Amino acid sequence: MSLVGHQPPPIFRRGPAPLARLFVFVALCLVLLVADLRFRYLEVLRNALSVVTYPLQMAASTPADVVRNATRYFGTLVDVQLENADLRRLQLDAGERLLRFEQLEQENLHLRELLQMSERVQTKSIAADILYNAPDPFARKVILDRGTQQGVEAGLAVVDANGVIGQVTRVHPVQSEVTLLTDRNQSIPVSVVRNGVRGVLYGVGRGMLEMRHVLAEVDIQPGDRLVTSGLDGIFVPGLPVATVTRVDRDQDAFARIECEPLAAIERSVQVLVIGRAAYPPPPPPPEPAGER
Amino acid sequence: MHPTNRSSRILQPVKLWFVYLSLFVALGLEYIPTGRTPGLPDCVALVLAFWCVREPLAIGMGAGFAFGLLMDVGLGAAMGQHALAYVVLAYLANALARRVLWFPAWQQALHVLPLLLLAQAIMVLVRLLAGAEFPGWSYFLSSLGSALLWAPLSFLLLLPQYQPDERDDNRPI
Repeated sequence: MSLVGHQPPPIFRRGPAPLARLFVFVALCLVLLVADLRFRYLEVLRNALSVVTYPLQMAASTPADVVRNATRYFGTLVDVQLENADLRRLQLDAGERLLRFEQLEQENLHLRELLQMSERVQTKSIAADILYNAPDPFARKVILDRGTQQGVEAGLAVVDANGVIGQVTRVHPVQSEVTLLTDRNQSIPVSVVRNGVRGVLYGVGRGMLEMRHVLAEVDIQPGDRLVTSGLDGIFVPGLPVATVTRVDRDQDAFARIECEPLAAIERSVQVLVIGRAAYPPPPPPPEPAGER
Repeated sequence: MHPTNRSSRILQPVKLWFVYLSLFVALGLEYIPTGRTPGLPDCVALVLAFWCVREPLAIGMGAGFAFGLLMDVGLGAAMGQHALAYVVLAYLANALARRVLWFPAWQQALHVLPLLLLAQAIMVLVRLLAGAEFPGWSYFLSSLGSALLWAPLSFLLLLPQYQPDERDDNRPI
């Protein structure tokens, strides 16, 4: 009797060898990683799987909510009074500036009409609270308590009282994820207030920023203020972002410009999500090469 | 006394639904937002390693992959990052299964600690290659926290299997 084609009894059948299965799974994971990190293809899969994880996440965030509300409830009266006095002072200050601002805005509108220039960009804003740091320890992200239901969209800028802190990168129904400017994968186009020099600001980790793509001979000094340039068509122009702390020109063609964020990026609690009310039309396609 | 291969304690057979329930509970615990506190254990990795050691025939790389993906989605990490780490963890834990259960609980924890550290090292490597920032050495404290929980967790997860159908003082169950 030949043993060829003989099947072992089912109790000994264990499928493919463990090592083979390990290789299959590892290959699958690597494909997923490349598709997600390199090409961002997997948002659909992420959304589908979040149907499973969302109820669990909501249930899990309850203890954190309780703790946060309890600390707020038991905050001492003295703290609240001090904070209140502080806020009153700030309110007075801001009110006076607001009066002047309204007058200036009218004047600006008038002048623009005279010069027949188009209106400045209209903005919309949504107030939000930062709930907690995102659990991924490799990125600098925070979670906001506003989502698609309140009109938050991916790509909007997030600012605190002093300046930009980051950009909304992922939106859930009632929460959204903000990538802070100090994240290594985050960048923001800026210009120098003093002379309008443009560049792009990148996070370098350790809470610092670096302005790149600026030639060494360009006039930038420590102490210069940087604001969003709005050239990306996403950010509102003119939001304060950072100040230059150190300029290093003796490397090569490009200057090495270290900057410090103006906003309390890792510490702020109340923020504003700011975006354009209408996006500018897409840029015209480039002229075909060869035609002069 | 901890039920190891050496002990005379006989356990009830494991119920597969309880294995998955414990994994989902661990997943829920991982979703609790705790900020950047170092040293908090990775519950899913720990429970997965436990069942891979205890029941290598019932649970393995497939479960590691599925729960890794759920971790990636829930934590907003790169897709496949936890899945890769957990698949390797499940493979090694399955391979250790025959050996580890001959040891007392704290030595089992020592066996599992390198596996947990390796899983974390894989995640660090993946994210560093993708250009992320190194989270600091305190990141690896999480594995130590997990290893400390090994003994209490073994007791907790085997609790349903300790319950005999009918109590009899002369029987080792």
